Amino acid sequence: MYNFDYEKAASADDAVKAAGGSDDVMFLAGGMTLIPTLKLRLTQPEKVVDVGGIGDMKGISVSGDTVTIGAATTHADVAGSDDVKKAIPALAKLASLIGDQQVRNRGTIGGSIANADPAADYPAAVVGLGATVKTNKREIAGDDFFTAMFETALEPGELITSVSFPVPEKADYQKLANPASGYAMVGVMVAKTKDGVRVGVTGAGPSAFRASAIEDALGSDFSSDAAKGVTMSSDDLNNDLHATAEYRASCISTLAARAVKAIG
Amino acid sequence: MAKHVGERMKRVEDGRFLTGRGTYTDDISKPGQTYAVFVRSPHAHAKIKSVNVDSALNVEGVVAVYTGADMAADGVGGLPCGWQVIGKGGTPMIEPAHPPLAVDTVRYVGDAVAVVIAETKNAAKDGAEALEVDYDVQPAVASAVKAMESGAPQVHDEVPGNVCYDWELGDKDAVDKAINDAHHVTTFDLVNNRLIPNAIEPRAAIGEYDPAGDNYTLTTTSQNPHVIRLLMCAFVLQIPEHKCRVVAPDVGGGFGSKIFHYAEEAVVTWASKKAGRPVKWTSDRSEAFLTDAHGRDHVTKAQLAMDKDGKFTALKVATVANMGAYLSTFASSIPTYLYATLLAGQYTTPVIYAEVKAVFTHTTPVDAYRGAGRPEATYVIERIVEIAAREMGMDPAEIRRKNFIQPDQFPYETPVALTYDTGNYQASLDRALELSDYANFEKRREESAKNGKLRGVGLSCYIEACGIAPSAVAGALGARAGLYEAAEVRFAPTGTVSVFTGSHSHGQGHETTFAQLTADRLGIPVENVDIVHGDTDRIPFGMGTYGSRSLAVGGSAIVKAIDKIIVKGKKIAAHMMEENADDVEFDDGVFSVKGTNKSLTIGEVAFQAYVPHNFPHDELEPGLDESAFYDPNNFTYPAGAYVCEVEVDPDTGECTVEKFTAVDDFGNLINPMIVEGQVHGGIAQGIGQALLEGCVYSDDGQLVTGSYMDYAMPRAEHIPDYNFDFTTTPCTHNPIGAKGCGEAGAIGTPAAVINALTDALRVAGVDNIEMPATPLKIWQALNANKQAAE
Repeated sequence: MYNFDYEKAASADDAVKAAGGSDDVMFLAGGMTLIPTLKLRLTQPEKVVDVGGIGDMKGISVSGDTVTIGAATTHADVAGSDDVKKAIPALAKLASLIGDQQVRNRGTIGGSIANADPAADYPAAVVGLGATVKTNKREIAGDDFFTAMFETALEPGELITSVSFPVPEKADYQKLANPASGYAMVGVMVAKTKDGVRVGVTGAGPSAFRASAIEDALGSDFSSDAAKGVTMSSDDLNNDLHATAEYRASCISTLAARAVKAIG
Repeated sequence: MAKHVGERMKRVEDGRFLTGRGTYTDDISKPGQTYAVFVRSPHAHAKIKSVNVDSALNVEGVVAVYTGADMAADGVGGLPCGWQVIGKGGTPMIEPAHPPLAVDTVRYVGDAVAVVIAETKNAAKDGAEALEVDYDVQPAVASAVKAMESGAPQVHDEVPGNVCYDWELGDKDAVDKAINDAHHVTTFDLVNNRLIPNAIEPRAAIGEYDPAGDNYTLTTTSQNPHVIRLLMCAFVLQIPEHKCRVVAPDVGGGFGSKIFHYAEEAVVTWASKKAGRPVKWTSDRSEAFLTDAHGRDHVTKAQLAMDKDGKFTALKVATVANMGAYLSTFASSIPTYLYATLLAGQYTTPVIYAEVKAVFTHTTPVDAYRGAGRPEATYVIERIVEIAAREMGMDPAEIRRKNFIQPDQFPYETPVALTYDTGNYQASLDRALELSDYANFEKRREESAKNGKLRGVGLSCYIEACGIAPSAVAGALGARAGLYEAAEVRFAPTGTVSVFTGSHSHGQGHETTFAQLTADRLGIPVENVDIVHGDTDRIPFGMGTYGSRSLAVGGSAIVKAIDKIIVKGKKIAAHMMEENADDVEFDDGVFSVKGTNKSLTIGEVAFQAYVPHNFPHDELEPGLDESAFYDPNNFTYPAGAYVCEVEVDPDTGECTVEKFTAVDDFGNLINPMIVEGQVHGGIAQGIGQALLEGCVYSDDGQLVTGSYMDYAMPRAEHIPDYNFDFTTTPCTHNPIGAKGCGEAGAIGTPAAVINALTDALRVAGVDNIEMPATPLKIWQALNANKQAAE
């Protein structure tokens, strides 16, 4: 680890002030990616601003048809939340499948989506459920949040404060985990909403995306056969040791079909 | 006295391990300690044009920087290989120099170029980053098969064509004739995947030099401290052995990877004198992936000949074994004497011929890893036998039964240089089939099919040669060491006992098992026995723990020393009771005289031994402290039968192990719970090899699977509940009747899993799949077939 300055923020405002809009300052929430990256000397921030202790950024609230999760809320808290399990069980399920228990006890939703790992689970929910990401200065639509591999619409020094999920009629998340890392090789969130079917995919491409071909198929016939019948293009999908682009394309349809089956 | 042998006693060492009170090498700090970080080559093959040590020495906190040239200038030797293999035509293997720090050429990614020693670990890292090394990058080769091709990059100038040795065993002409005359010949080409050991504790070493006595102390993560002391002192650093103490304290797993004498041990020991400060090095996990000796990595072609009844008539095996860039301590013996000698398996195959080419590549050295040669042999045999059964239209259990060595055929001399002392292979298989409900498998297959899943069942009947090793046999085969074990049993005046053993426990539970054994033999409470190991200043010269040898060889040495204690105790008891020693009997902690009511407890005798107020000194020495060396007469031959059932989701290629049944014959058991634990872990590693673990190098020698992000280790979710049982044919030639259990699971499992998987995939026309059989590979195999069919 290289040396860096450390500041523990008491509020979101303090954190943003401490960051000063600088590219060389990093926010630390659960640290599940940042700490290993620091230890391996792969990153060298000037300053780390710890937002993990900000009470206002933690917690889950349900209001009307919206579930709002504070950015510093851990995966374990989301997975174990009765409110989430009742309103969007698929979201609690997704959180329960992230990493291992230790990671879920530390990692946070804000940290996960800000990092925008192409194989993280939460992006499937942000895109698939049509979430809204709230920051210290604005609201960003889930569809617009992930811009490229490890890149988001966030500006330097901009801090996620919460994420709001509209409650779907029904939804399910299915994951094919990388046998080594446990990250998603493919993760698919299928949501049936009053505005139609949404299918959010993580793990398969450079960043989370909506599988519009499957959305269309399910829009006219919400059945697992319909999902499975869609042949996804492997163009632009990730290709690595563990999964080829063709394999990922095939698994997107398979997992979407599983999700539809689970929804019933 | 309560008997403990056979009892599922909880492990006495677990108290300290589970409460974080173990003392591992990295837990130890020496006064004035410095920290070492190694500068390692990022290239698989390069000439070192220059090293600018000033760039690192200028970093704040850096104490010293040493290079291969510095070590060479001090006359430091290369890391030795402990086993000389003589190839075809009497040609000895070629042993290129293996300097602890590279001198002019680096030969794998991770090869150490320099060591930076600093006041803190962070300063040492800064120094290592600042160190400027100018490389002239050369072409590299990672695959052993490609390394043998003409025009392949050369790893060592003195090894043209990269072949370290070309070795053979068995009667080639007889095998060729039998294959020619056979009713049917099954051929099978396979890759036995390279594995990275991943003990939970990464390696670490602390070198310390005491100028007052000109003494060195090396604290290290080793399975065999005396062997490290011998190799390092005699071959590398030329330190008189008595001037060096090697301590291997609590060690968190070895699996073979901590047998070997590694460069870092020699460097920190040498540097501690040079720098005048203790030097500590602790590997991080990334470094462990690059520098712990890897395992397996064979490419093999096999042919099994049989008559019309499926009776095996010959086996022919040709293997290319990857040695990596240098010969690690026991590397040469693994694909030869621990592999080809096991190719008879449990069968009466009358003639066998094996040919093994060991090849240098620009990769991390390869050496023993749990099972070491025997998993590779078992995989060849148990896969080809299963394929043969399918080709012959026979039940896989039936073809095995037909070829088993029968109980009345022991001792059984195989055509590949071993003599099995005892066994009952039919009994293990029968029990395994019963426990696994093999008879009703087809019903379960149908159930799976209803859910769209493919289910398969596979057998594996393994044998291993353990209790390594009879020194005479090992010596005749090229071992440069004896492979006995040593023990000392020392009574204290108040009747408690310390057992000093050359075996080393790094997870095996010796502190419990050996105490159970000792307590029973001496008839004393088990809590009165302490097991001492891992310190060359305390224990007698012993060879350490590997090859499932600790109980069979180390335990037998303890028994031998206990026997001497009893003989001495009888003399003392006879003196105390004023009787003749020949009339004194010993049973369950009590010396008594036949036909009298005279008796003494061993505690009373021990006390008198140390308070010898009236001993006749010309006849009787004070003290009750005996040592023994035990050199086995033969290997031991644990064997067993495993049955695996898997289920495959054809949509994604996901494969789950649904049922796993293991019936092992380890001879007599001391602590069945510990034995089961050993098998649990071994099976997990076997499932890991079969389905998850695959070390991948790019063509130019970069390690692609260099972390847990890409190298898949088995997790609890991958492992089913096991069905367990034991059959018992006691080893005939050691006093315990034990055979060893540490490696069996890792040896027998991979073939059982892949046999089950290929059985599941047969309906889709897939007949082979290489390990690790990942979801991707399974999906691709199923898909390739689907496409071919369309």
